[in-house]
Amino acid sequence: MQKLISWIDARLPIVDAFENHMSKYYAPKNFNVWYVFGVLSMLVLVNQILTGIWLTMSYTPTAEGAFASIEYIMRDVEYGWLLRYLHSTGASAFFLVIYLHMFRGIMYGSYQKPRELIWIFGMTIYLALMAEGFMGYLLPWGQMSYWGAQVIVNLFGAIPYIGDGLSLWIRGDYLISGVTLNRFFALHVVALPIVILALVVLHILALHTVGSNNPDGVEIKENKDENGIPLDGIPFHPYYSVHDIVGIVVFLFVFCGVVFFFPEMGGYFLEKPNFEPANPLKTPDHIAPVWYFTPYYAMLRAVPDAFLGVVVMGAAIAILFVLPWLDRSPVKSIRYKGVISKIALLLLVVSFVVLGYLGVVVATPERTMWARILTAVYFGFFILMPWYSKMEKTKPVPKRVTG
Amino acid sequence: MKNLVVVLFLSMFSLGVQASAVSHPMDHIKTDMNDKESLQKGFALFSNYCFGCHSLKYARYERTANDIQVPINIMEENILVGDTKIGQLMTNSMLPDQAKVWFGNPPPDLTLSARLRGPDWLYNYLRGFYADSKRPYGVNNVIFKDVGMPHVLAGLQGVCADMPELGVEPVVDPLSGNIVKSSGCQEYAVEGALSPAEYDETIYDLVNFLAYVGEPSRAESEDIGRSVLIFLLFLFVFAYFLNKEYWRDIH
Repeated sequence: MQKLISWIDARLPIVDAFENHMSKYYAPKNFNVWYVFGVLSMLVLVNQILTGIWLTMSYTPTAEGAFASIEYIMRDVEYGWLLRYLHSTGASAFFLVIYLHMFRGIMYGSYQKPRELIWIFGMTIYLALMAEGFMGYLLPWGQMSYWGAQVIVNLFGAIPYIGDGLSLWIRGDYLISGVTLNRFFALHVVALPIVILALVVLHILALHTVGSNNPDGVEIKENKDENGIPLDGIPFHPYYSVHDIVGIVVFLFVFCGVVFFFPEMGGYFLEKPNFEPANPLKTPDHIAPVWYFTPYYAMLRAVPDAFLGVVVMGAAIAILFVLPWLDRSPVKSIRYKGVISKIALLLLVVSFVVLGYLGVVVATPERTMWARILTAVYFGFFILMPWYSKMEKTKPVPKRVTG
Repeated sequence: MKNLVVVLFLSMFSLGVQASAVSHPMDHIKTDMNDKESLQKGFALFSNYCFGCHSLKYARYERTANDIQVPINIMEENILVGDTKIGQLMTNSMLPDQAKVWFGNPPPDLTLSARLRGPDWLYNYLRGFYADSKRPYGVNNVIFKDVGMPHVLAGLQGVCADMPELGVEPVVDPLSGNIVKSSGCQEYAVEGALSPAEYDETIYDLVNFLAYVGEPSRAESEDIGRSVLIFLLFLFVFAYFLNKEYWRDIH
């Protein structure tokens, strides 16, 4: 075994790579439970890719055959139902762990200097993931697949001058059709997974260059021992690999509970109208996107003008990209930031969650008013950040990590 | 602020109650995929009363027979028509174009009806017919107003004279202890072959079967799921102590 490793290592630096990224990658020793969502998103990504490959083996990407092929997978393919539920539940789980991972980053200032690029790569993954989720949702070719895609592609039509041409170009037809299904299939199973995998590699390479942040926001590389090893750092492997196994098992328990017992999750992971094949002549009474898009959908509906609504929706995502340059606080972690930052973060979470709820339900005048207020709150967190993060009184940051 | 708290509160509980356009109160049932007798009765009823118009075109005879424990030879002798093979999908010979002329809309395929509408909806819909001379087939439905479907099960249920009351709690006479009013049809224009309780049970069997055929993997899924969760519990114990052992040097 050792001979084989040296043989390969003489030709490919595998030992070096393992040391750099695992056994000699020093991570802060004070990670808490919020730090498990990075590895969990990797786990879900692998799940999506593996189950996706096997689903592709039995799926038919045509308007005539797609719906029936899903039922064929559910009934006639050995464990096809399991592959499909793992994939559909995995999609929701992916967004759930990504949202929690992003919240962790915002809470502990993990986007701040020198980790701006990690944040940008992460946000780009999120963007690619939204495209991936949206295109994947068309593939079952159910009613909600069809009309959801119709609504979202029509959003591009609201852009002045180029809008109609642009949405026509995306669809490849005057309405969502088999042509659209085919290209979404190609993008969903080939193009976007490659992009996402490449971005994940960049995200991790950038992280391992500057090192991980931690709940205290203390740079562990500033306190090293005589061998150049951070005093508050511990090797990722074995300490965090065994740590993450515990987190993974807990996650899998919940995940498998959903997969095996509640794969529809009350109509949120698999929407009921999607058990009816797509029918271009029959619009469903109530079109709601899948839950992970609903906060933005609520913002879109809150704005009376269609084009401005699209702008607001786009801006809500775009503004996350520039977060590293909005935060002027001398400290990273919420633990040492002032009270305004704490309230602002709480309001961000409340606005995002409630907007998510408002995006699921039918709009009423009162709900629209709340959606407007909360959209303003959401943007307020970002737009006002340069001021409140700079002027508020922060607590002194310890020299070394605590706990 | 108070409203905000209410909205937040609602948003936490909204998972689980899907926003579907339910307006009529309904009786609730609990389907049971392990009650093979009920599934067999439901399938028999489906074959006799529904299959002429409604297909189950995503499901196969053989899989269904095996799952609900009907021997293949009994299935072949009693259910399969002409030279239909046991491995085929359960389609029927109704032509959509003709059906549209007869009923206004072609009768939908029912393979996924229980997943689309929910078992409760089906259970109430099939008990929701009543006499209405304004409709082409003389019946209307409280759950699906002005539905094109005739009351195919009228021979069993009879025809309700007025709108049946669904989703009501049974009213018990406090003196005698007798049930004076229960959910369903209160007065019949035409008597049927079954008593109200028998009819409800028949419909339960049919809906139970439709719930099975909507997701034939459900029973197997829960069987495997239990083993998987137990395995993960064991794995958790090992993972927990492995982690503890390593982290002893850190703390």
